[in-house]
Amino acid sequence: MTVAPKREAYDVVVIGAGPAGLAAAATSAEAGLSTLLLDENIGPGGQVFRAIASTPVTERNQLGADYWVGADLVRTLRASNAEIIQRATVWSLDRNLEIAVSIGGASAFARAQRVILATGALERPFPIPGWTLPGVMTAGAAQTMLKSSALVPDGRTVIAGQGPLLWLLAAQILRLGGRIDRILDTTERGNYFAALPHAFAFLTSPYFVKGLSMMREVRAKVRVVSGVTELAAAGDGQLASVSYVAGGKRETIPADLLLLHQGVVPNVNLAMAAGVEHRWDDLQLCWSPVLDASGNSSVAGIAIAGDGAGIGGATAAVVRGRIAARAAVEALAPAAAAKLAPMAQLRAELAKTERGRMFLDTLFRPAPQFRIPAGDTIVCRCEEVTAKDILDAVAIGATGPNQLKAYRRTGMGPCQGRLCGLTVTELMAQARGKTPQEIGYYRLRAPVKPITLAELAAVPKSEADVKAVVRG
Amino acid sequence: MFRRSEQDKRPQVEIFVDGVAVAARQGDTVSAALLASGRDARRSTAVSGAPRLPYCMMGVCFDCLVTIDGVGNRQGCLVPVAEGMQIEIQKGKREIGK
Repeated sequence: MTVAPKREAYDVVVIGAGPAGLAAAATSAEAGLSTLLLDENIGPGGQVFRAIASTPVTERNQLGADYWVGADLVRTLRASNAEIIQRATVWSLDRNLEIAVSIGGASAFARAQRVILATGALERPFPIPGWTLPGVMTAGAAQTMLKSSALVPDGRTVIAGQGPLLWLLAAQILRLGGRIDRILDTTERGNYFAALPHAFAFLTSPYFVKGLSMMREVRAKVRVVSGVTELAAAGDGQLASVSYVAGGKRETIPADLLLLHQGVVPNVNLAMAAGVEHRWDDLQLCWSPVLDASGNSSVAGIAIAGDGAGIGGATAAVVRGRIAARAAVEALAPAAAAKLAPMAQLRAELAKTERGRMFLDTLFRPAPQFRIPAGDTIVCRCEEVTAKDILDAVAIGATGPNQLKAYRRTGMGPCQGRLCGLTVTELMAQARGKTPQEIGYYRLRAPVKPITLAELAAVPKSEADVKAVVRG
Repeated sequence: MFRRSEQDKRPQVEIFVDGVAVAARQGDTVSAALLASGRDARRSTAVSGAPRLPYCMMGVCFDCLVTIDGVGNRQGCLVPVAEGMQIEIQKGKREIGK
């Protein structure tokens, strides 16, 4: 399983085996291009199709039809000539399209003519008081355990936040016989009015009927509290209670497990480290790469597909994967593109899958108090830096996330800003009266995942490499 | 905190957590097996020693750091269990030689 890439160079290297990566790699291989797919997880599927080839959940309706779509994508890919390596962590990609990947504790290198980044999304940070307590996890974490190990919440369980994934997870937990005591909905009331102009597109999209029936299913079994405006977890070394304010009334309930979710944001670390230009997205409140209609980025040869290109959901990700792969084929082997679906058809499909997105983005735009914390609430989980620490640093001269590192080490722990970066940008922007675009983001560098010095030292090196660093 | 659904028919895998035998299932990640075990699997942080459990289970938060077969700072949520695997709950930062 843990073997290095077979070749030194490939036509196309795809990074990430979620919806976009699976589709991109299959399309590229189908056109006859030498294709390598690198993925960090144990099996293919990414997060949406997590454990699609191995899930112990055998009753298909429990995970829903949208999940099993992933099985077809994996089957198509495995029938192709694409080389697939799982448990492969890409830790460097540069503008020469050189890729460094850690596999089984050893690093290997590969070159590509085209790289398609399909590194997907991660859940938006949810920095409330107590969110680092054992017993507080993301909704996605619970869903990962449900899909890959058929594990369901057992103790007193509270789910808090907003967005489609929250309702899907709740439905799945109930179908598998798990326990949910309460759902705390943090959707801002004002968002319903703001989303109204986009309602027609949503009502005529597949999201509407699915979403409505799922919410009905959950509401029939679980008490749902809407309009939650404050949220905090508390306990001594372990979650003991969740308190919240809804309709101006505070309530505290005992809890063993709190699952948080307020949408997903692009996983930008590898793309940013490769030098891809990103811009602040004011609607989705995150950094999104600047891309052309085929997913090509500001770095020649690097395209981005899937949620890493801006959140669009799994169905859009599959189409974006095919578009990016087709563009690579058109560039490298134009004659082979004829056997693929025409670009115009793919773009029309993409437009269809993006229908209703505006409505969802507007309705589920997280409230400021859940994005920009205050006081003793931890912002940087790795270095344990609070909102107050950051505001103090701003008061004595820290201008942006990169200066802040020197003051407080935010973003310098093992997660490399994945869990604090957006919060730091928005917090500093607010404190300094600037836009997030003006404040900017951490300057990311390889290795984008920690690797050991021993692994680096074991990398094969030439005499010239040694000469460059050895004296005398 | 979590329990296994009855439909899970995967074969058992025996791992050791701080020397104690724990029954996991084939395909579990180390983190999932620890959370399913019912044992106190809280690590403590390198900075303040605060207790933590896995937060994201998808390889981005690093709150699942654990010592696996003598190697510290492994992301337990990305490593599948194997028969006889030795897990140590990591207290504080990774130590030299681990």
